[in-house]
Amino acid sequence: MLGYLIRRILAAVPVMGVVALFVFLLLRLTPGDPAAIIAGDTATPEQIDRIRISLGLNEPLYLQFFTWIGRLLHGDLGVSLISNVPVLKLIGQRVEPTICIALSTIILSILIAVPLGVVAAWKHGTWIDRFVMGLSVIGFSVPVFVIGYVLVQIFAIDLQWLPVQGFRPIHRGIVPFIERITLPTLTLSFIYVALIARMTRAAMLDVLGEDYVRTARAKGITERSVLLRHALRNAAVPVITVIGTGFALLISGVVVTESVFNLPGIGRLTVDAVLARDYPVIQAMILLTSAIYVGVNLLIDLAYTLLDPRIRY
Amino acid sequence: MSDTVLDISNLVVGLGKTGSGRKIIDNVSLQVRERETLCLVGESGSGKSVTSLTVMGLLPKGSLAASHGSIKLVGEELLTASDRRLRQLRATRMAMIFQEPMTALNPVVPVGRQIDEVLRAHTNLDARARQRKILNMMEQVRLPDVERIFKSYPHRLSGGQRQRIMIAMALVLEPKLLIADEPTTALDVTTQKQILTLIRDLQRDHGTAVLFITHDMGVVAEIADRVAVMRDGRLVETGPLDTILRTPQMEYTRNLLSSVPSLVPRAPRPETSEPVVLETNDLGKIYREHSFLGKAREVAAAQDVTLTLRRGRTLGIVGESGSGKSTVARCIVRLIDPTSGGVRLAGHEISTLSRRLLQPHRKRIQIVFQDPYRSLNPRITVGETIAEGPINYGVPRAEALKRAGELLELVDLPPDAISRYPHQFSGGQRQRIAIARALALDPDVLVADEAVSALDVSVQAQVLELLADIQKRLGIALLFITHDLRVAAQICDDVVVMQHGRVVEQGPAAEVLTNPQVAYTRALLDAAPGRRWDFANFRPVALGETVATATL
Repeated sequence: MLGYLIRRILAAVPVMGVVALFVFLLLRLTPGDPAAIIAGDTATPEQIDRIRISLGLNEPLYLQFFTWIGRLLHGDLGVSLISNVPVLKLIGQRVEPTICIALSTIILSILIAVPLGVVAAWKHGTWIDRFVMGLSVIGFSVPVFVIGYVLVQIFAIDLQWLPVQGFRPIHRGIVPFIERITLPTLTLSFIYVALIARMTRAAMLDVLGEDYVRTARAKGITERSVLLRHALRNAAVPVITVIGTGFALLISGVVVTESVFNLPGIGRLTVDAVLARDYPVIQAMILLTSAIYVGVNLLIDLAYTLLDPRIRY
Repeated sequence: MSDTVLDISNLVVGLGKTGSGRKIIDNVSLQVRERETLCLVGESGSGKSVTSLTVMGLLPKGSLAASHGSIKLVGEELLTASDRRLRQLRATRMAMIFQEPMTALNPVVPVGRQIDEVLRAHTNLDARARQRKILNMMEQVRLPDVERIFKSYPHRLSGGQRQRIMIAMALVLEPKLLIADEPTTALDVTTQKQILTLIRDLQRDHGTAVLFITHDMGVVAEIADRVAVMRDGRLVETGPLDTILRTPQMEYTRNLLSSVPSLVPRAPRPETSEPVVLETNDLGKIYREHSFLGKAREVAAAQDVTLTLRRGRTLGIVGESGSGKSTVARCIVRLIDPTSGGVRLAGHEISTLSRRLLQPHRKRIQIVFQDPYRSLNPRITVGETIAEGPINYGVPRAEALKRAGELLELVDLPPDAISRYPHQFSGGQRQRIAIARALALDPDVLVADEAVSALDVSVQAQVLELLADIQKRLGIALLFITHDLRVAAQICDDVVVMQHGRVVEQGPAAEVLTNPQVAYTRALLDAAPGRRWDFANFRPVALGETVATATL
């Protein structure tokens, strides 16, 4: 198991290396002078020269790459061209809202969707099943911002139970924190509940037709044990896959929600950076999202081996 | 009768929520007494499994239900019992083991815990007492190294070991009734023999009543006290074993028994000097598994296989699962590439040809697979399936379709079959289609990989007859892969016996199957169920008869 873990982590190194190379070349292969692009339309020739020297653009390409990688490994992601703040610090300031909302969304979605999917599969073909599937179609088809505004209208404006927007870090009080992440979490959860419930139902339906489920029933154990102990654990692998990839997509997909609720998260940081051509920030964001993808995939694979003893690498 | 454990009377099971739809079981009455084994025999679709699931209360809810009759278990009515009561009775009074041990156990739970679940659901024993009871039961089903197996996951165990776990799970609370639904069908003959002996011994020790469901007359002859024959949901006849095998009253039972191929090999055909169409020379297939940063693992699926097949003759490869017989067949047809040795097809070495150079030789050798439900493309009409091969070799479409029609006639299918789809045919008919497809290219060699194993005996007999007839008419050579020695005895001129990827014995069928020289072949023959019965002639095999045929 430990050997497998080490091998998997080592295998992630070349993946991240390729991503780093791509990110590095992104700037160098853009048509025109990178220094001019970075400096922007209003820069003087002196400014461009200074940028060129500070980026080491006069040196051979492979040397530039190694210098860049070396800095990267020391945590130096460069300085934002817009705000002149180190990129790492910039991301650090913005990462908390996004991570909080992503985690709470995933947890809430699992808590709602898995039981829904299990019950829908168990009551396959009945009105319960059709109701759950109907909900999931709605969850899929209504755009995130519509759900967001509807929730704001009901809970923040009409009922005035929750604030309309904004974010309060967790260390400044748990209640204001929860008040402010509730609506964004609910908003984002819709589509994930739909997705995970659907996947759980399909996987459970497959498993409920298996011989060992019949064996379990023939043993005279309760239907609850049949469903949870025998069926759900076997259905877990595809469900975990969807949850994992869903989480990875969440990180980069929260932009709309962050905008609706005016949250200072990394989704909006990325959009702002792209619009302002803030290359160091864009580069850092690509690296960060890739790292999250690789990490989540690693966790999914580890979860497989824990859930299914037949899977050994 | 006081010792009646299971009493089914006038049972009717139908489709739909209340069972009011089409009748699947129609007015069936059966009794099983203490210490008795009742064999429920019938071909697929006869309703034997539905009968057993009705007893257990495990019919799929909403699609099948009992609408009439009664099922009494030690005097207690089951059809009107609540779900809760049925759950209490399962495993304590009645237990069931199933056909497919490979899938009947939960793959993600250690087997010991799966047995433990029965005890936790039905008893108040503490953890230590439960474990003692389980280990004791595992010893009773003759599992080795029980402490280790207790903690093992199902995929670490062989099919036979898994079925022993199932039996241990079923019998751990000493139920009055054990329902065994084809428990040995998926197992090799030698394992089957052990499991049948085990069930009989446990039954003797515990006084269990056994309802044993099977399609195999050989197994019936080994294990039954009484036999009930079913067909299309109805009971055909019931009686003591000897009466059913010697003097069956009903036409259907007689036909069923006559279809069982005899273990005594058919009279050998004279040797021929026809040309050799297929030979292999030290054929081998080694699978290498490379793992990242790990050691490479090698598995020899087949080694040093040398065989010869002449025009118009039938060569059988027999062996148990994992013996490498299918690997050899697939290497010969080049569906997989052999790693060593040679294959000569009609004088041409084909084992090393590239895919492109192999193409003209492909039509000389064709294969028919085991499962006719999965080997035909469901979205292509029968005619297109048969004509596809010839069209690939440049035959004009109209001509190929015309030929497909002729081939369907050759395999005794109606001419309108050409425009229909595979799902509109029965298993036996589909296998005829698969044979017609293989013949469409006028091959020199037809490879049949367990081609009759999935079929009911009466259908099996027809397909075997068809193959013999086609061989007589076209002079085609047959390479017949089978695990069933009865089938081999009836169709093969020569046989090759394989074990662990190697040939252990080969020679004329009449000799190898009556006077085996190798211990393994003897063990295989010895394990063949019902070997003491000559079913087709309604009598036991006369002493010395097998030897007599060998000297013909």
